[in-house]
Amino acid sequence: MGTLNQLVIGASIGAVLLLAALGLTFTFGQMGVINMAHGEFIMAGAYTAYVLQPLAGDQAVLVALPVAFAVGGVLGLILERLIIRRFYGRPLDTLLLTFGISLILQQAARDIFGAPNVQVDAPGWLTGGVDLAGVRIAYNRLFILVLAIGCVVAISLYLSKLRQGRRMRAVMQNRQLAAVSGVATGRVDQATFFIGSGLAGVAGVALTLIGPVGPTFGTAYIVDAFLVVVAGGLGQLKGAVIAAFVLGVLNSFVEFWTANGASFAKVVVFAVIIAFLQVRPQGMFVLKSRALT
Amino acid sequence: MLEVKDLHVAYGRARVLFGVDLQAPPGSLVCLMGRNGVGKTTLLKAVMGVLPARQGTVLFDGRDITRAHVHARVRAGLGYVPQGHETFPQLTVAENLQVARESTPKARPGTLDEALDLFPALRGLLKRRAGFLSGGQQQQLAIARALVTEPRMLLLDEPTEGIQPSIVQEIEAAIRQLHATGLTILLVEQYLELALRLADHFVILDAGEVVRAGAATELHNDEGVRRLLAV
Ligand SMILES: Nc1ncnc2c1ncn2[C@@H]1O[C@H](COP(=O)(O)OP(=O)(O)O)[C@@H](O)[C@H]1O
Ligand SMILES: [Mg+2]
Repeated sequence: MGTLNQLVIGASIGAVLLLAALGLTFTFGQMGVINMAHGEFIMAGAYTAYVLQPLAGDQAVLVALPVAFAVGGVLGLILERLIIRRFYGRPLDTLLLTFGISLILQQAARDIFGAPNVQVDAPGWLTGGVDLAGVRIAYNRLFILVLAIGCVVAISLYLSKLRQGRRMRAVMQNRQLAAVSGVATGRVDQATFFIGSGLAGVAGVALTLIGPVGPTFGTAYIVDAFLVVVAGGLGQLKGAVIAAFVLGVLNSFVEFWTANGASFAKVVVFAVIIAFLQVRPQGMFVLKSRALT
Repeated sequence: MLEVKDLHVAYGRARVLFGVDLQAPPGSLVCLMGRNGVGKTTLLKAVMGVLPARQGTVLFDGRDITRAHVHARVRAGLGYVPQGHETFPQLTVAENLQVARESTPKARPGTLDEALDLFPALRGLLKRRAGFLSGGQQQQLAIARALVTEPRMLLLDEPTEGIQPSIVQEIEAAIRQLHATGLTILLVEQYLELALRLADHFVILDAGEVVRAGAATELHNDEGVRRLLAV
């Protein structure tokens, strides 16, 4: 019973991590851009749900998902056009600049919504839970899990079935070859950034279901999200999914075994990841091919 | 068809091309030769817009494309097969071809089949990831990928370098066949005998400058040429 309970909790932590990290598999994993403002796009998505709450009532979460995708996407697009585009291939500059942007966005949130945390009330249909083999699974956690799975399915269909997705993979694998194949690579970069940032917005909405929203809301997730992408193997969707759930479960068990709670669990998880990356610096999954020797 | 005038190209401070002139009339097969590191690849990249020109002009069909985007040059009719049999390794063979084809909005329906007819071996590999092909198969895919963009002129950078001999023959036959259909070709080739069999014009680069150019017949038994190519 204890083990199953921890597994369920771990899966739900994993789903949260995954949602926060999915957008990064695009912008960081595929394009190699370290966007420190990604967490603030998550925050923007969360405030989107907060703003829509009085308007859409019990349906606020559902209405907020597409709106937050657009909000995050547009913010990402603006960032790409104004700044990131000029600094491709200069990761340190990009890191510092986007860190500055993230502080600006946090201050903007403070100015607009105030410094104290605000609460998005879970809709009535997400309160309560279901009992499964003696373990109680809260509906809001289940919703996050379903949403994460839904996003993964949508992304993998987009990448494998649509010509835009195919083009995106081509640019990420060999930018110059894509260009000389006639692909307008700048346009593809914009689309990639839009989708990656939009997914951050979606994650933000989901995260309002499990906690309050504040201006620094995104910073809580950003490091873990980068870790998921690195451990999963850059740009590998499957790797990110597995990494998120492994980290989530690991987190919940360590937390369970060590009564010291969350902060110690985090230290242990970090240590495991660092040890893991020592052995496999390429992450869990690598692009295997003769062309990449 | 292609006219390069006084082209200067540099990597940062390192200047590589110093005022290159080159012409490829419609339907010609021009062979670009020269020792390793003289700037052949750099010249092709500058023609495609992958590298910017510091000075000089590139005309295609009389249009100045010196500042055009890479993809705009492809749409204008320039096809390019980079050195080193490059592919999208994680995409299947079919997807490699689709990406190029889909970026050519007004492509004829038969283009893909024609490219595959040239390299029938690829038909059996369509579902295979390109990264798992042999070097020779990757090179065939690379040429087919360039062809599905429906170029009117094809730039080939050492297509036979490091490729197994049986496939070198197939590639030579393919180039010959493409040339026969009227495609203009600029071929970088180190192997003099192969160049002599295919080319009608030649250009020799040395240290970033054109040192010889002319009809291919002039190349036979020319000691100076053999010295420039170090063969
Ligand atoms: N990315 C690069 N950065 C700096 N120098 C380069 C780069 N690529 C090539 N070069 C230099 O430019 C010169 C010409 O290279 P290249 O055009 O590849 O020659 P070739 O194709 O004739 O062998 C060489 O001296 C090479 O060292
Ligand atoms: Mg070369």
